[in-house]
This record gives sequence, structure tokens and C-alpha cells, in this order.
Amino acid sequence: MQPNAEALYRQMYKSRRFEEAVTELWNDGHISAEMHLSKGEEGIVAGVVDHVTDGDALALEHRGTAPLVMRGVDLALLIKEFMGLEDGLCRGMGGHMHLFSPEHLAASSGIVGASGPAACGFAFAAQHLRPGKVAVAFFGEGAMNQGMLMESMNLASAWSLPVIFVCKDNGMAITTPSNEVTGGDLLKRARGLGAHAISVDGTDVNEVWRAAREAFVRAREGGGPTFLHATCVHPDGHLLGDPLLRIVRKPVRELKSRVAPLMKAATTGGSSLSEKAASLGSIVGMLGRASKADRQGASDPVEQQRSQLSISDAQRSDLEREVDAEVQDAVAAALRSKEARG
Amino acid sequence: MKTMSFAGAIEDVLMKAMSEDPRIVVFGEDVHSIRMNLFAKFGEMRVRPTPISESAFLGAAVTASMAGLRPVVELLMIDFVAVGVDALVNHAAKLEGFSGGRWKAPMVVRASCGGGYGDGGQHEQSLWGWLAQIPGLKVVVPSNPADAGGLMLSAIQDEGPVVYLEHKLLADYWIDGLADGGRTNLDYDIPEAGARGEVPRTWEPIPIGEAKVLRDGGDLTMVSVGVSVHRCLEAAAQLEDRGVQAGVIDLRSIAPLDTDAVCRAVEKTGRLLVVDEDYKHFSLSGELAAVVMEAGITAKFARVCVEDTIPFDRRREAQALPNVARILEAASALRA
Repeated sequence: MQPNAEALYRQMYKSRRFEEAVTELWNDGHISAEMHLSKGEEGIVAGVVDHVTDGDALALEHRGTAPLVMRGVDLALLIKEFMGLEDGLCRGMGGHMHLFSPEHLAASSGIVGASGPAACGFAFAAQHLRPGKVAVAFFGEGAMNQGMLMESMNLASAWSLPVIFVCKDNGMAITTPSNEVTGGDLLKRARGLGAHAISVDGTDVNEVWRAAREAFVRAREGGGPTFLHATCVHPDGHLLGDPLLRIVRKPVRELKSRVAPLMKAATTGGSSLSEKAASLGSIVGMLGRASKADRQGASDPVEQQRSQLSISDAQRSDLEREVDAEVQDAVAAALRSKEARG
Repeated sequence: MKTMSFAGAIEDVLMKAMSEDPRIVVFGEDVHSIRMNLFAKFGEMRVRPTPISESAFLGAAVTASMAGLRPVVELLMIDFVAVGVDALVNHAAKLEGFSGGRWKAPMVVRASCGGGYGDGGQHEQSLWGWLAQIPGLKVVVPSNPADAGGLMLSAIQDEGPVVYLEHKLLADYWIDGLADGGRTNLDYDIPEAGARGEVPRTWEPIPIGEAKVLRDGGDLTMVSVGVSVHRCLEAAAQLEDRGVQAGVIDLRSIAPLDTDAVCRAVEKTGRLLVVDEDYKHFSLSGELAAVVMEAGITAKFARVCVEDTIPFDRRREAQALPNVARILEAASALRA
């Protein structure tokens, strides 16, 4: 079986356009506090969610937007929830980190690693009530150092639970480079816990789709859990308004208030001169990495899939216009609802 | 009426409920051995021992309940909830609110609690105040077999998460397994009426959040839960010999709290003595004082609680836990 390139592109494009609209709403102050988007992860999410059917469950983390959009959750309900409106998906009680759709067996959590135990519970229920159905856990590589996630992999293996652990690896645990805080190899770790493990380029949706298909078939047939590791880039950093990216993008404005206290801290007491120099070096390195990541416009999974479509330009434009209209309608509906509520 | 042990009552309710409702599953640490009868009857798919991974299996219980099962998930001891408390505090408790009321987690967390057998401060805590503080969690603590069965039935039928705590001095197998270990030369202050007693011919759910007045008394109101209820009853009997009429209320549920029952009694007596095996500060006892004040009742207040880490040494342990002597002392201070 081969992936349907056009269908996958439509999903990725829809998620991207939706999140661009959400970013605008966030910039305009319609959405409070943190906003973690799935931008850059579309290849992974589309490649996995394409295999999800009714009765399968989704255990999501703080980046649940793309999976829910691709699963077909009403876009206006999502935007209204992000805006805290009473007619939002969760009546304005959850916000973007706590999205729930019982109809899709989809539950989010803002606690890093919690999608592991959640997927196990969904899968355990599937063993009892919906044989052949599976549970997908989405999480980042930063969550791999969370005890509950490792516990869940062990539990899923011990009980042969139909779980697909999808690790979206952007190399950064919030602002900490993951390789600096991770021992050993993630694939070996997953295998050590009894799961099948495979790594793919997460910017190539077709590669993800093929690996995911194998994992879904195995899980549905009772073959136990798979750890599906896929690499990606987060062009917006950890969240909208990412502090490191802000410094990199607008150094003068962002550093103005930071430099004096930083230099004072780095030149007085505390630790030895060499230790202080090391700390400063590390801070510069951190900003350097953020800057480099920011300049890497390539490896955009949506663009990549777009360039591989075999449909005509006109057909593609029609598809995109259709999606654009759907997103615009949802935004308009949400803004109308906000206005009506004063 | 017939009689049953505390542990027998819980098992009796579970046996019947699991026979009638295939969605009820039991999983947790060692359930194949500590729930051997259930395991033998219902098999491993429904009575399933887990790895010692509280975070994973408590978290899994939440979503298993969301997806149609009715899990009774077991921690050996409530002390261990600290390892996996995220599942309760951030997930089970929040689900109904977060989902705008569209999704609920009908799960029971069953765990042993309490001390009085010399197991040290990491294995004898009560922690019900800690859990009851979180909106969205119900917490029940039965003190006798009839309540143990009726509250378990309610817990299983509840549409949200319920923490069900059984005191180790009441459920015989805990003392057998954790304290005696085959020896017969050790003593424990086990309240007989709590460990074995009359139960109804047919189980009826006891509403969660309904306290029970065990004894009326016009001079003083004692409010307690679990094993301490029996210490209060003993103290009240001794007070009666001295001409003092002390009432005793068994809360049975910590959350929701039957504030009406407490206020009604304290309004009459003007004296509230809380006897709580949980910690003293930021606690059930403090909450009860606040409840009475908020109701505009003028009352004298005292409490007998655990104030520090529970000592391993059994003599010091006996002093640290609420006991009859401490209750009598607090009662006379209240009367002064």
C-alpha cells in the first residue's frame, strides 16, 4: 500500500494554514498565555493520523492542534477554545493544552510525558472493549527522560498493548539541547523496554506513513507497542514568543534590559572566573543554536510534500483555496462569537 | 443482618459488582495475590497485576475509564500515591472541568492507609487531606464493614474518580501480610467493631459525602474518620462515666465533606474536637474549624492529629497517633 500524496498534503496544508491563523489571533491578543503549535511537525502527524480510524484513540500533549485538525475536529470549535469562549470545544475550560474530544477518543495533557500512561489506558480499554483498535501517544524527545513515559513503554510491552509511541524529535527539550541531558540512545532505550523501534525523517510524510503503517498493523494484530521516532524542526521554537528566538530575531530590543544584570552577575562573586566564562560561553552557544535553527528554512515538511505532488498546479490551487476558505470561515465564526459575547 | 469482616465486605461487593458489570476491572500492584479470590474468579484480563510503576498505571486507569472501563486501581499503600500523584491531581481530577463537562473518569483508587503496627513514617500515612484538597477528587474512608461495603458500591458506581482508603488495622490481611508475617506474638490495638460487624443482607450504596452520627452528646462534638472513630467512641464512653456527654460523628467521606452534619452538632454543643490520623497542619482538622467559623457558629475548638513524621518505634508511634488518652486530655481542655 502506498500513501495518498494529495490527501496527506491537504492535511498538512490545512494544519499549517490553521496554525498560521491561530498565530495571527495570538499576535492580536485574542489568545492568552502560552501557545504551542505543531508547525514543523505536520509530516509526522499526518503520516500517523492517516492510519487512525474510529475507535482508535489519541493521547496528545501540549501540541495537540495538528492531530485534532487532521482528525477532523471542527476548526471553529478549536479556535473558540483557544480564545476561551464558552462555545469552544471544551467550553473555554481547557485551552490549547487541554483539548478533549470524546467522539474521537482524543485527550490532551500539558504535563510532559503524560501521553504515555494515557495511551496505555486507552489501549488497555481497547483490548477489552474494541479489539483491533490502537492508541497513539504523541510526545517530544524531551519527554523521553520523564519516568512515566518509560514506565508506560514497559507496561505496554509487558501487556502487549496496542500503543504507538510517536516521538517527535526536534532536538530541544524546551530550551535545553536534548543531547546534553539524555543518556544513551533513544531507540536502544525503547528496545530495552521491549518495544519495536524505528527512526524516520519526520519531514518526509511518506516515510513516516510507511513506518506508521507497519506499526499500526502490528498493534492491531496484537504484536504490541512500537516506538516511532521521527525528526523535525520547530521554526517557532518551543512556543509562540519563544524567548530565545525573540533575542535572536530582535537582539537590540530584547537584550537592552538583559545585558546589564547579566554582565553584573557574570563579573561578581559566585564562582571562579573560568566557571563564569564557561557559563557565558554556554549562553552564547545557546543563542547561536537558536539563530542557526531560525535560519534553516529548509526541511519544511509542507513545502517538501507540495513539491512532490503529481496533480496540476490548478488542481493544487483549488485544493489550497478550499482549505483557506475553511480556515477563514472558522476564524470569522470565532471572532463573531467573541464579539457577540462582548 | 449478617456479620462480615471489613475486608470480606469489600470483596463481597466487588465480587457481585464484577459479576454484573464486565466493564469493572481491577489492576495494580500484586492484585493477583492480594485479591486472589477475584483473580481466581475473573481471570487475568480483569484482575491484572501491574509493574511497580504508579505513574504509568494510575495514568492508564484515567484513560481506561474514559474509554469505557470502570477500573478499580490498587496502590498497596496510599503513601505510594506520591510517586504517581500527577495522574490524580492533574488528570483524573481535572478531566470533567477541562472537557467542559463532556468527559468523566469513573475510576476507583483503592489503597491501604494508616498506622499502628510499626511500619514507619513512609508506610503509615493517611494523606486523605492532601488528596481531598484537589477539586474533582472524592475521598472516602470507611470505619466498619457495613460502611466499607456500601461506600465501595458507591465508589464503583460514581461517574468520577474516587479515592477509597482502607485502614490497615481494619482489613485483616494487611496486618497478616505486613505486620505479623506468620508470627502470633505481636499485639495491635485493633477496634473490634471496625474489623468485623453487621452488614446488610443486600448491599445498598452509601451516598458519598454523608456523615453518620454514631453517638449524640450535648457537651462536646467529636468528629473523626477511620480507626480514630473507634478511639473517639472509647473516649466518649469514658467521658460518660465522668458525667460528660460527648457526641461522635463519623465523617466517612473527606471529600465531599458533610459540613451540615458537623455544623448541626457543633451549634448545639459549642465544642468541636477533631480527631484525625492525618497531619495536623493544612488539614481536615483545619478545614473543619474553618467550616464552623464560616457558618457563623461560635465554638471552642481542639484537635488530636498526627503532628510530625510517624515514628517507627511502636511506643512513640502509639503516642504520635490519636489515642484515647490524648482525646480525653483534649476533651478536658475544651471543657475547662
